[in-house]
Amino acid sequence: MKNWFGEHLLGLPPLASTNGQGVDDLVIYVHWLMIALFVGWIVYFLYVVNRFRQSRNPKADYVGVKNHASSYLELGVVLAEAVLLIFIAVPLWAKAVDQFPAAKDSTVIQVVAQQYAWNARYAGTDGEFGRQDMKFVQLDNVFGVDPSDPNGKDDVQLLNEIHVPLGKPVIVYLSSKDVIHSLKIISMRVCQDAIPGLRIPVWFNPTQTGRYQINCAQLCGALHANMAGGFLVVQSPAEYNQWLKSKTGAQTSFE
Amino acid sequence: METTVHQFPPFRPADTHSGHGDHAHPEPGFWEKYIFSTDHKTIGIQYGITALLFMLFGFGLMLLMRWQIAHPGIPVPFIGPLLERVLGQVAAGGAISPELYNSFGAMHGTIMVFLGIVPLAFAAFGNYVVPLMIGAPDMTFPRLNMASFQAYFIGGLIMLVSFFIPGGAAQAGWTSYSPLATTIPTDGQLFWIIGMIFLITSSLLGAANFIATIIQLRAPGMTWMRLPWFVWTQFVTAFILLLAFPPLEAAAVMQLMDNVAHTSFFLPTGLAVGGQLANVSGGGSPLLWQHLFWFLGHPEVYVLILPAMGIVCEVIANNTRKPIWGYKSLVYAVLAVGFLSFIVWAHHMYLTGMGTKISTFFQATTMIISIPSVIILTCFFISLWGGSIRFNTPMLFALAFLPMFGIGGLTGLPLGFNVSDVHLHDTYYIIAHFHYVVAPGTIFALFAGVYYWYPKMTGRMMNEFWGRVHFWGSFVFMNVVFLPMFFQGMSGMLRRMSDGGANYSAAVNSKAGADAVGGLSDSILSLHTGILWGAMCLGIAQIPFIINVFWSIKHGEKVKNDNPWDATTLEWQTPTPPPHGNFTHEPQVHHGPYEYSVPGHAVDFIPQNEPAGPADKPLPATAH
Repeated sequence: MKNWFGEHLLGLPPLASTNGQGVDDLVIYVHWLMIALFVGWIVYFLYVVNRFRQSRNPKADYVGVKNHASSYLELGVVLAEAVLLIFIAVPLWAKAVDQFPAAKDSTVIQVVAQQYAWNARYAGTDGEFGRQDMKFVQLDNVFGVDPSDPNGKDDVQLLNEIHVPLGKPVIVYLSSKDVIHSLKIISMRVCQDAIPGLRIPVWFNPTQTGRYQINCAQLCGALHANMAGGFLVVQSPAEYNQWLKSKTGAQTSFE
Repeated sequence: METTVHQFPPFRPADTHSGHGDHAHPEPGFWEKYIFSTDHKTIGIQYGITALLFMLFGFGLMLLMRWQIAHPGIPVPFIGPLLERVLGQVAAGGAISPELYNSFGAMHGTIMVFLGIVPLAFAAFGNYVVPLMIGAPDMTFPRLNMASFQAYFIGGLIMLVSFFIPGGAAQAGWTSYSPLATTIPTDGQLFWIIGMIFLITSSLLGAANFIATIIQLRAPGMTWMRLPWFVWTQFVTAFILLLAFPPLEAAAVMQLMDNVAHTSFFLPTGLAVGGQLANVSGGGSPLLWQHLFWFLGHPEVYVLILPAMGIVCEVIANNTRKPIWGYKSLVYAVLAVGFLSFIVWAHHMYLTGMGTKISTFFQATTMIISIPSVIILTCFFISLWGGSIRFNTPMLFALAFLPMFGIGGLTGLPLGFNVSDVHLHDTYYIIAHFHYVVAPGTIFALFAGVYYWYPKMTGRMMNEFWGRVHFWGSFVFMNVVFLPMFFQGMSGMLRRMSDGGANYSAAVNSKAGADAVGGLSDSILSLHTGILWGAMCLGIAQIPFIINVFWSIKHGEKVKNDNPWDATTLEWQTPTPPPHGNFTHEPQVHHGPYEYSVPGHAVDFIPQNEPAGPADKPLPATAH
């Protein structure tokens, strides 16, 4: 019932992450509340404008409604909103931003947005990122990687392709090198602004292999609409490892 | 309870031959009477006409954008060549370039909010109606009032001129987020900021004037709880403007300095734009701009909606022929909304990396502010019960406001929760949401106000038949335009895409060999065509209104008396149109604003300045 409503009446797009279930559930519950209220209002409204039109009710009643049904209705709305807020919205958000999966059990990537593409950086086969410092940031080194650190030798840097293995959560450290962008992967139900000067972590946990469009959800310049070249590729762990090996050590040019 | 309010300055009877009675001077000439007038009624009409013209212009920008969204890159029919001639390279070949689309988007928002609806809802109706409603001879500071209009006019001119400079108008959205606003290579951003500074100054002058007028110039007997609710909404709106705009004015000056003086208030260290390191000292914060902007931006929503609700309240009371249900609740609710509107702003910033504590606070305040809003709407709905409803044009618009604003308000709920906002943020869902609040919501209420007070301003009624045509056309096509957007947004279509999301479509993805999940389907994209046609029909539906406004000045049916709607409030107890100074004798207020259909009274309305009856017996206590 719930999922049927979400998919067919609301038109929610396909979902492919564990964290997204809570998002969809809340969207659906809120819409049930909205529809109930709206239908109630409309039925009342249509009845009243018909029943109390001047030709049917030439003399208005000075007092009007004497009971307090509306106060109970308002109280009901308050309670419904409080339940949604306290028992669903707040715990889900706490889970999203406070309870990150452990880094060792996750795929950790760094993403730096730019006009109009996504740079991704992987720790490579050793699982260790090379040291980074602001002073190394150059046009061809947007992540500020220290070239002398051996841990960075096998790091992988790619443009517009983010591969992750199925079965593990993904942690993305997100930033931007020019203006504000927003990383939105609709099927993962994840959306996070990429803000220059800040590095913000966000996580999601894919449940199906596939190729997913990355959207930019913040106006970022004239070609904002063309920033559609980025894809998230969820692969089986074996395929992912093979892919990661094939990319290790390969330098990618930016711009 | 029955304390008498003394006016300051003391009342002087209206005299058409002298200004404020200070000294006799000759009949004012054309310039003094119509252009540099200090009369609140003239200034109100100046604001009204200018704001309606800006709204028409903003609507035109929207039509061009809808064409581009439905037919990306295809030259605009008929006016494409004109665009190219006037705007140059950005409209090469008569098509709308992404730069021009972004200009239109930023300016549509700016014009509709700051040059259209706020001036019409607050400055025009507030100026014309509030002094009349409270029994005042004019605003407290007539010259400040004139300065306010002039600042608004100059701000509007600057915004308009910016279309024609090299590079075109601002392109960073009406929110003008840094660093984008500082990195776009057009002086349009500068024009935008300077224009905004004028508009903010205008609003501040107006707000101070309204507050002083409503506190000081109420007629004797016009106690706070006898104020028509419209005056309460204007009072709260003025406070919102007075307190919310100064942070944005400061922020606008700071962004201006980032642009022209190479400061870095909103620019962080290490920016690299367009393939080179930006030459900025850094250390600033892009988030700071967002906080300062939305500290105004959200209260601004209530600046748009509260006066509209006030108009709806007056029209409903008048046309149900009964008192508004729950007047006291309405007063407390509008005060609560005004206060709460200052502590919800960061719900526009849920996805900027917000922690649990802050997000819980802003989600809670966002839910709490929905409560007084629901109370206001409920009071209006209940006021209809037991009425004797007259369906004239103002009432049709006011009635349609209720379900339309209802849709707008309800669809704010999933956006108000942080978690569901993850899916809906920056999609067409939010476009549909706030347009339902502002377009079929606020604008319908403003239309109701125009039809309702037009006879007071001109002495003639607007044509009723064409008013109904205007109403039904607007009602149907508003929904044709905005309803599909909820479904587009729910399926993941993002806003501010100059190609209407075509690059994210499933079709484009599979053509590039990338068979991605979750691309926009053809059926969702094809809704653009219906919206474009709906928008054009919505434009056509405004033609009867435009003609009606001008035609009725000379040819409308003459009002039968000074009070053609049989209304109770004071603005109808003056000559029509009111002379300079407004009242021929000082009004004495005897009771509340909505004494309709009082039992035992011969006619079904008792004006506020008329004692209740022959024996002047106290009126029966209103429910609540």
